Amino acid sequence: MIARLAFLDTSRLVHLSTVDLIIIIFYFALVLAIGFYLKERANTGEDFFMAGREMTAWIAGLSFLSANLGSLELMGWAGAAYQYGILAAHWYWIGAIPAMLFLALVMMPFYYISKTHSVPGYLKLRFGESSRTLSSVSFAFMTVLMSGINMYSMALVLKIVLGWDINLSIWISAGTVAIYVALGGLRSAIFNEVLQFILIWAGALLIPILGLIEAGGWSALKVKIAANASAEYTHLWSTLGSSNNNPMGIHWTGIVFGLGAIISFGYWTTDFLVVQRVLAAKDLRAAKMAPIIGAGFKMFVPFIVILPGLLALAVLPMKLMPEAQAVATGGHSYNEVLPLMLARYCGPGLLGLGITALIAGFMSGMAGNVSAFTTVWTYDIYRALIKKNESDAHYVSMGRWCTVLGVLISIGTAYLVMDFKSIMDYVQALFSFFIAPLFGTVLLGMLWKRATAAGGFCGLLAGTASSVGLWAWVKVDPTALRYVAMSPSAKDMAENMYRALWSWLVCVIVTVIVSLLTTPKTDAQLKGLVYGVTDIPSEGQVPLVHRPLFWGAVVAAAFAIVNVIFW
Amino acid sequence: MKPGGSISIWFFIGISLFVNGLLIFGSGVYEYLNPPAQPLVLANLHAGIWWGAILTALGALYSFYFSPSRTKG
Repeated sequence: MIARLAFLDTSRLVHLSTVDLIIIIFYFALVLAIGFYLKERANTGEDFFMAGREMTAWIAGLSFLSANLGSLELMGWAGAAYQYGILAAHWYWIGAIPAMLFLALVMMPFYYISKTHSVPGYLKLRFGESSRTLSSVSFAFMTVLMSGINMYSMALVLKIVLGWDINLSIWISAGTVAIYVALGGLRSAIFNEVLQFILIWAGALLIPILGLIEAGGWSALKVKIAANASAEYTHLWSTLGSSNNNPMGIHWTGIVFGLGAIISFGYWTTDFLVVQRVLAAKDLRAAKMAPIIGAGFKMFVPFIVILPGLLALAVLPMKLMPEAQAVATGGHSYNEVLPLMLARYCGPGLLGLGITALIAGFMSGMAGNVSAFTTVWTYDIYRALIKKNESDAHYVSMGRWCTVLGVLISIGTAYLVMDFKSIMDYVQALFSFFIAPLFGTVLLGMLWKRATAAGGFCGLLAGTASSVGLWAWVKVDPTALRYVAMSPSAKDMAENMYRALWSWLVCVIVTVIVSLLTTPKTDAQLKGLVYGVTDIPSEGQVPLVHRPLFWGAVVAAAFAIVNVIFW
Repeated sequence: MKPGGSISIWFFIGISLFVNGLLIFGSGVYEYLNPPAQPLVLANLHAGIWWGAILTALGALYSFYFSPSRTKG
């Protein structure tokens, strides 16, 4: 271990100057100041867990996006762009935009009108306690475990990039998040996420600008990538006709139906980590506009994530490699693309802001995990199953302690991963097991009034079980990949796409069959929860430019245009 | 933009951009006057100076527009 750390220390990518450190310390001071400032406004459950439900569309929308924009997201997808080319942009466009618009225009009214505080809370109203328990327990534990894995990965990156001690990085970053979320609750998390969103852009935007100048523009960049890697790396769709023709080994059906229709809809419409931010909106129009604003900005994120990965293919003098190979040979891994590009262009000050952007990304993602965990634990597990009739102050106190506890469990997970690296793969796979089936359950719950409590629970259980089963099948017998992912050459990402698709189908089919065999609730019982028996409030006589549908159409049109441009 | 009637988040963002912008601008000017022995790629563009100036200007604008004294009441 010591030898490994010594190696990492000598191979640090960048050296920070005094002004860089001042910028980083100022950032930590500011997020803590916001937490202390908002403490007095987090005294009731509604304030602490739902930010008083008074966020504007802009704040909820930027926070909605920022909670997803973790540093691993930034560095991981920049690395994926280096590895797979512009195909990685699918995770930002078809893998996000349609789902975000669907959440805004179709699902948000039901979440908002039902006044639920969480996605498991909606399942309780629609399908009963058993469905809520299944989804809340799985969500709570997977969330803190994922948070720990992200924490460890971030600390490792800071070690490699800056030579910082892993323990110090973990405890200072996690401790800061614990303090500002425990003090100010969801409002503090949201405010800091908006600040972090701006800092991420301020710190990362220079890389693509300077990179494009160095490469000589987009056309020259494509020529250089074709020479250094392959011309396929700059095409979004035209290489997806066969899984053998593109760097990812995926067919377009996997991207469209697995990623675009199931995984992204599952994540963006039912993962409480992101949905919680929108539930804090001040009214239904703001709640519908927030995901649309998030979608608009999401469309530009490839500019600071995917483009640097592509630029690295053209301008970096060295070849990057997988993590294990990099450690063994002393080279640089794919995940180091962003820090390498930062070190290439950014001098004192700019470097500090770039590193702050990476730390801000990590903290916004972690705060998102922790605040979502706190709400689900307190409302959907503790209040529902352990102590039902306590005072509001009691639950707020539980929320504060639970925030600290969630951070501590995350830190524990980080240390566990440090010793047993394979846990990381298992937990990431575990998390993916619940997303696709949950989307099937929530979707049928909102749009099909015939779906019953038994149908919802059985579908969710069967979908999750089938996802676990398919994953285990490929683990035991790798040749099963040809059935699960429809190609023996499919990579991990392609397998995930198809596994999500099959598990969603199983969930939907089981839900429908069991529902048709059991007794549904009456229309009166479903009011406010299901399409067809719920009165959606009119938006009134507002101008066109204030209507969510109008902006949804604008974002959809822009989405179509970028896909054609980079076809 | 300031739920609950307190200090706006945009004010905090303005302060952050302003301070960071000033520090980056100052570093950029120092590097311009004292060029390092091993300059970065595209050092001739002096990104620190113009990027720092942009952030400072944006930060000043937000800090002023959303300052508590201006938005009070």
